[in-house]
Amino acid sequence: MMEKIVLAARHISKEFADPLRVKVLSDVCFEIKAGEFVSVTGKSGCGKSTLLYILSTMDTVYEGELWIDGQLMKNRKEEQLAQVRNEKIGFVFQFHYLLKEFTVLQNVMLPGLKLNKYSKQEVEHRAMEKLTMLGIGDLALKNANHVSGGEKQRIAIARALINDPMIIMGDEPTGNLDKKNSELVFEIFKRLAEEYNQTMLIVTHDTSFARKTSRNIEMEDGQIINDIAVTDLV
Amino acid sequence: MKLKLIMDISWALLLARWKQTLVAAAGVTFSIAMFISLLGFMTGLNVLLDGLILNRVPHVRLYKSIRPSQKQPVMQVPGFRKHYHFISSVKAVNASQQIRNSQAILTYLRNDHLVIGATPRITTQVFFNDGNIDLTGIVQGIDPALENKLFNFDEYMISGSAADLSKMPNSIILGKTLADLLLADVGEVIQLTTTQGQVFQLKVVGLFQSGIQEYDKTQSYASVNVVQKLLGKTASYVTDIQIKLTDITQAPAVAKKFAQIFETDAEDIQTANAQFETGSFIRTLISYAVGITVLIVAGFGIYNILNMMIYEKMDTIAILKATGFSGKDVKTVFLLIALVIGLFGGLLGLLAGFGISVIVDQIPFVTPSLPTITTYPVNYDPWFYGIGIVFSLATTLLAGWLPSRKASKVDPVVIIRGK
Ligand SMILES: Nc1ncnc2c1ncn2[C@@H]1O[C@H](COP(=O)(O)OP(=O)(O)O)[C@@H](O)[C@H]1O
Ligand SMILES: [Mg+2]
Repeated sequence: MMEKIVLAARHISKEFADPLRVKVLSDVCFEIKAGEFVSVTGKSGCGKSTLLYILSTMDTVYEGELWIDGQLMKNRKEEQLAQVRNEKIGFVFQFHYLLKEFTVLQNVMLPGLKLNKYSKQEVEHRAMEKLTMLGIGDLALKNANHVSGGEKQRIAIARALINDPMIIMGDEPTGNLDKKNSELVFEIFKRLAEEYNQTMLIVTHDTSFARKTSRNIEMEDGQIINDIAVTDLV
Repeated sequence: MKLKLIMDISWALLLARWKQTLVAAAGVTFSIAMFISLLGFMTGLNVLLDGLILNRVPHVRLYKSIRPSQKQPVMQVPGFRKHYHFISSVKAVNASQQIRNSQAILTYLRNDHLVIGATPRITTQVFFNDGNIDLTGIVQGIDPALENKLFNFDEYMISGSAADLSKMPNSIILGKTLADLLLADVGEVIQLTTTQGQVFQLKVVGLFQSGIQEYDKTQSYASVNVVQKLLGKTASYVTDIQIKLTDITQAPAVAKKFAQIFETDAEDIQTANAQFETGSFIRTLISYAVGITVLIVAGFGIYNILNMMIYEKMDTIAILKATGFSGKDVKTVFLLIALVIGLFGGLLGLLAGFGISVIVDQIPFVTPSLPTITTYPVNYDPWFYGIGIVFSLATTLLAGWLPSRKASKVDPVVIIRGK
């Protein structure tokens, strides 16, 4: 059986007009199938983040087509796109953005409560499960501001997982962590891929990280110059 | 469920900045308290000042004026019917100012459901003799019991009472200033000359003070039959009928109706005292203007604090949006914060306004012209409290609108990239 296509980018181009007209992405085409663990690498400024913001539906100004879960994302209302992000995409940023006003548990629960698919008790239970799975269950009731950087990033991953998204996207999620924490976070991604068959698209400049994913997309000047299964790389 | 979540988020943001929130709410509290107490005091004053005049004045007054004949001979000529008539040769005759059939009219009026009561009056000019000087004055013939019932006559008496007029034959009640001029006190006898030249002696049984100097200097009261005697008229002679209505706003219409039925002239209170309504209106307008101005200032405070909050919470807004909250959700979060500030500040303002009103109500306010008033007048109309809370909510919503819209438009990409 063919694996289902989770995300498809068709001829995606983007230019910034300010301060000069620069083409940041040109004709980016690729597909991600369910269960793939994809890394995106490339030099700083080559357009990785820009691409990721488009793929996550947050940036809507581009040419070409974005398909998520078989649906075209063009001409959708802001509210509908928010719904897609809530339900189908989990996002992990380089800087561990948590809401300072809430506890760790509440931070993980928020997207779940927004989805409104499970009762509050169930969402809480699921959030606890995700935290425990990532080894930080004991932090649940702490204020989100009072945990370390590595812990914050793991909490962000738990938050990304709360609605069982079709795909998790990360923009250099280990870029701001020390070696030990980077490895810890990478181990988590690897486990998600191996044990839970979680589809993931992670931007990174860490080549050792990229080498351990199942597929690597290499970019240069807004174009894909290499798209290979990593087993070939060795 | 969904709104509950948005409310929880608003509440958490609000608590994280509770000091600023409290300052914003205090602004609303201050302005609403100001609004309530000012309006209560101003309208209390209005009621007092209006009462000063309106309680004493009939809602409709029936009288007969002397004027030239309405039907001039030239009108009778068919050929000139469509022309303008310059010639009015039939002058006013020395007609009687008497209202005919006054007893029947009074009986009719007392049975009319639009009427609270009706009392006869006779007004005549006299000269009060004080040594060599004659002071012009007016004697009003009244029915003391009815007068007291309809126009709270006794409230303005500083000695004696209206009832003494009926107890004591040939008695008179003088205005305070008039009595001072005549050096007359209660129990003394004064002398007056009627317009027909007859001299009478009346005993002073009381003094009144209306608070209006001009009035107290010329007016005096005697019973109807005393004045009839002064004028040499029979017991049916009445020149005025004063009517109090159940609904004062009906006065102009009722006056017109009565004028037709009874074939007399009729004057309504609105026409006679237009200036008082204007005064009340201006005072109320000033109170509203001050209240609303203060509220607008408070509105700017809320606007500032929300703007600041949104600036501080850019990250929070970006995460909320990235994790699936829509612009509308974000907008609701901040509008709710504004609403809480308005509701909380407004309710406290109502309480504070009530408190200030109660305090003002205790402050002694003694003035010789208002014998029944001992403290500052305050009006506790619940209507002001309703307006107060509606205003505070409206202002905060208005002040919250732009910042909330701004928050809903925050582009998460810009924030996340900018870090
Ligand atoms: N808002 C913007 N306006 C103009 N140029 C931008 C803007 N955002 C990014 N760029 C430019 O687009 C290019 C790609 O940026 P980015 O996607 O962040 O690269 P990467 O994540 O691969 O380091 C860079 O040259 C950057 O300067
Ligand atoms: Mg980048």
